[in-house]
Amino acid sequence: MSQTATLPATAFADDSPPALRVRGYWGSVGYRLRHDPVTLCFGAIVLLIVLMAIFAPLLAPFDPYKESVLLRLKPFGYKGHPLGTDELGRDLLSRLIYGARSSLLMGLIPVCIATAVGGTLGVIGGFAGRHVNAVIMRTMDVFYAFPSVLLAVAISGAMGGGMANGMAALALVFIPAMCRVAETATAQVRSLDYIEAARATGAGTLTIVRYHVLGNVLGPVFIYASSLVSVSILLASGLSFLGLGVKPPTPDWGLMLSTLRQSIYIAPLSCALPGAAIFVTSICFNLVSDGIRSAMDVRL
Amino acid sequence: MLGYIARRILLAIPIAFGVSVVCFSLVYLAPGDPLQTILPSDATQEMVEQIKHAYGFDRPLPVQYLLWLVHVLTGDFGVSISTRRPVILEVTGALSNTFILTSFAIPLSFITGYAMGALAGCFPGRAVDRIVTGAAVVGVSLPNYWLGIVLVIIFAVELMALPATGMGPQGSSQFNVLHWSSARFLVLPVITLSMIPVGIIARTTRAAVSEVLNQDFVTTLRAKGLSEFAVIRHVLKNSAPQVLAVMGLQFGYLMGGSILIETVFTWPGSGFMLSKAIINRDIPVLQGTILFLAMIFVATNLVVDLLQSMIDPRIRRS
Repeated sequence: MSQTATLPATAFADDSPPALRVRGYWGSVGYRLRHDPVTLCFGAIVLLIVLMAIFAPLLAPFDPYKESVLLRLKPFGYKGHPLGTDELGRDLLSRLIYGARSSLLMGLIPVCIATAVGGTLGVIGGFAGRHVNAVIMRTMDVFYAFPSVLLAVAISGAMGGGMANGMAALALVFIPAMCRVAETATAQVRSLDYIEAARATGAGTLTIVRYHVLGNVLGPVFIYASSLVSVSILLASGLSFLGLGVKPPTPDWGLMLSTLRQSIYIAPLSCALPGAAIFVTSICFNLVSDGIRSAMDVRL
Repeated sequence: MLGYIARRILLAIPIAFGVSVVCFSLVYLAPGDPLQTILPSDATQEMVEQIKHAYGFDRPLPVQYLLWLVHVLTGDFGVSISTRRPVILEVTGALSNTFILTSFAIPLSFITGYAMGALAGCFPGRAVDRIVTGAAVVGVSLPNYWLGIVLVIIFAVELMALPATGMGPQGSSQFNVLHWSSARFLVLPVITLSMIPVGIIARTTRAAVSEVLNQDFVTTLRAKGLSEFAVIRHVLKNSAPQVLAVMGLQFGYLMGGSILIETVFTWPGSGFMLSKAIINRDIPVLQGTILFLAMIFVATNLVVDLLQSMIDPRIRRS
């Protein structure tokens, strides 16, 4: 009897309307993301592109490096080449699939470096204040004075191109902006009462930064980093297009665009393909970043 | 106001100084001996010694920097490795060609972007807003050099309606924007160049306008019986500083960031010259062009700051 008496109570607890259920912050972020079809859809495409890059050897129908004098610039569907061939007779589809690798790497690695370096500098500058802040932020202002494309081109142009130099240049372009985001977020919480309270209870600077500052800074930094990925992909393929990023014969979308451009009058459609790949990847990352931003309710 | 202007100009000086340090160090980023990077490969021993003395390469770095700065301030940016002409002549010539492009791209992108953004901001959530927001995302994610190639494929290769590249048979010397025979070379590059700024400006304007629309004073304006037209005028004026800041940045990007577009259209401007300098490893030209463009960017930011403070006096006080 006592069991039946408790039943309605548990049933009530489970069936309580969703509005009354208390969700944690991450719970509500997850809820909003699950109910955002646009972000989910484009997130799935991003996932597919990443999987395509990882499993490129399994997916590519041909060797992306195998050249053939006879098969140069063939149209779509020619002798089993679904998207035709490029100016050296290499299979275009295979090169597009492999090209996702360098494009994603050039999109992600500079942003990761910039997040680590710029974020750290920003937290130091924002938390230390005064002179340290002035030194860090004024140095960043100098790099801010260059248009981003120009700075990336200048640095990698002077260093002489190559994938590693291109990544370093892009990271350097993103560090000042990242530093600013982290600095603003840190400076906002620095003067709040609970930091003072933590200090009064004897917490050291490192402890305060770790437990009280980082929690407030990581959100904006993460969101900003996610929005930089598509910028990085665009800039990186731009560098490759100028001959400053990935070196031939490595398959890379920007580089393919630049070499296929020479045959624009012979094979205009193949010439447009690598750019379309860059565009799709960039817009998907952009929309996913927008979705995560509104789900996390962060304002930059 | 005068005090504010003076303060802003004083603040820009250290930035300009830092920019010159970065440009100076570009030569040292290049692999190998800096002398080799700025001299032609077939330079005689005598020439090497002469340049070494003139630029003070045997002295400590800070002295070298000061010597370089003196040269730059007197207009001596060195000599181009590939053309043997003074860099300053090369840069100013190319900049004037870039200016032709940007003087069309700036009004086109600013007006289109602002109109789209303001329209979307005034009708949040409506069909106009959705279309503009979508178009803005496309504009921001678009690799503009690819758009240039696609436009060339459509209008030059397939339709043969517009020229694909260059400034015309006579080059920049005979270029006259008032004649269609010259101006048709402008159409594709200007449209391509405007695409990203349109997206960014539309996005910012939309955000700024819809934010101001939600403020209390708008309710007050409506409550006191102002017409919707007058309300919108107030809203647009209040959102102007934010929009202006982004427009200033875009102005700088259009001056310097057009390197990819100019390369696609082989437009003989500063960007195309940069990409040629990279291919030829012509470091003096690279350095000079970047210094010039970055200084234009610094000056633009300064002007934008001053304009913003003229529109919104609150900025001056903070």
